[in-house]
Amino acid sequence: MDLSVIVIAVVMTALVFDFTNGFHDTANAMATSIATGALRPKVAVTIAGVLNLVGAFLSVEVAKTISSGLVDDTQVTPAVIFGGLIGAILWNMLTWLFGLPSSSSHALFGGLIGATWVAAGADAIKFGAVVTKILLPAVISPILAGLIAMAATYLAYRITARGEDGTVKKGFKYGQIVSASMVALAHGTNDAQKTMGIITLTLITAGALPTGSGPPFWVVLSAGLAIAMGTYLGGWRIIQTLGKRVSEIQTPQGFAAETASAAVILASSHGGFALSTTQVATGSIFGAGAGRRLASVQWGVAGQMALAWLLTLPAAAIVGALAAWAASSGTFGTIVVAIVAIALIAGIYLASKRQPVTADNVNDVPVPSAPLPVNA
Amino acid sequence: MSINWGALLVVAFVSFGAAVGVVVLVALALLGLSARANGTAVADAGAASGGSRLGMSSTAGTLVAGLCLLGAVAIAGYGIWIIIN
Repeated sequence: MDLSVIVIAVVMTALVFDFTNGFHDTANAMATSIATGALRPKVAVTIAGVLNLVGAFLSVEVAKTISSGLVDDTQVTPAVIFGGLIGAILWNMLTWLFGLPSSSSHALFGGLIGATWVAAGADAIKFGAVVTKILLPAVISPILAGLIAMAATYLAYRITARGEDGTVKKGFKYGQIVSASMVALAHGTNDAQKTMGIITLTLITAGALPTGSGPPFWVVLSAGLAIAMGTYLGGWRIIQTLGKRVSEIQTPQGFAAETASAAVILASSHGGFALSTTQVATGSIFGAGAGRRLASVQWGVAGQMALAWLLTLPAAAIVGALAAWAASSGTFGTIVVAIVAIALIAGIYLASKRQPVTADNVNDVPVPSAPLPVNA
Repeated sequence: MSINWGALLVVAFVSFGAAVGVVVLVALALLGLSARANGTAVADAGAASGGSRLGMSSTAGTLVAGLCLLGAVAIAGYGIWIIIN
């Protein structure tokens, strides 16, 4: 087949994935800041977008394997990457439509696993790595982040119980802006790298770059801009879920949640554990909700999220497998997959217009329970 | 299939220490700033353990706030250093 067509398709699809990754994950850093009013919605997504762009430039060390050892990398071809990306993009769009925070990384890995399975068989899938690198972290990370956020929230309220109300509120508000910015910066550094790695590997495979090359400047810039623009667009539906549907979040809770997220993400990255930013942030918000008042947490929403997390890998794998199978047939198959994917994305976008969530109405959600005063 | 449970435990403890540490430091700083704002505010630093109420002058509150914020900034700065490196 004409290699240049699939290479161009992979590069463009990778940037689209990066864009969806950005708007899907804006909530991780900014949902609580928007919910508490620490930042106005548009200001929050602007800060997050800029910090994601800055984060993309902080490190250009490309991951050695884009699949993180989940599949046999020698079997990863441009068609496999293309299929994996299509699976991940469609899952990101679908979960965005329902306002469910799910891991973009896991969607990408799921897509790659399905695509590799079709291209090289089940032997090319490292199921042990799937358990240790996806399933276990998916269980451990939200619980860990949740427990930390719960303890931090409890202590924040306890210690400041006798403080001056205005000073405490104002202080936590500023603290929340800093901690949310840390999460946005870490997100840009980690997630933009994935796209850079995918594009670079594809260019190496196509012979456009010598083996062992790092990402060219245009790759770093385009990946950084794609994730930043996606972040700026703001995945308002997911922001609304995390900021308003989990619990009525106050500034001390928002600060505790974002600080817990930043600490877990940074410590795990430093320790070599690739945890999902989304799952960590979600766990933190639930923990912060529980730290103030257990009854105010909407555990039914947690069940919906857990179901989405459970389905992420197999759903993205099925779509990735179908896309890779069609793309492997040649240029015509690649074009057909691209057209079908664009049609599905357009359909999801149109469906979202029936009940639009924007910067103007992101905080307009029925309050699950009566809010407590800040020092309660 | 192998999991480095020891390293995972270290990550858990470091995350817990850093996050709770920063939140406690900021909370104490806000208590200090409250003392400054009120002039003669009272801090209940030992409330969690049933300790006695501690009075704090405006100067002491400012000093406590400064030191606590410095500690929190140091931890956050180390986090940024990890991101960059």
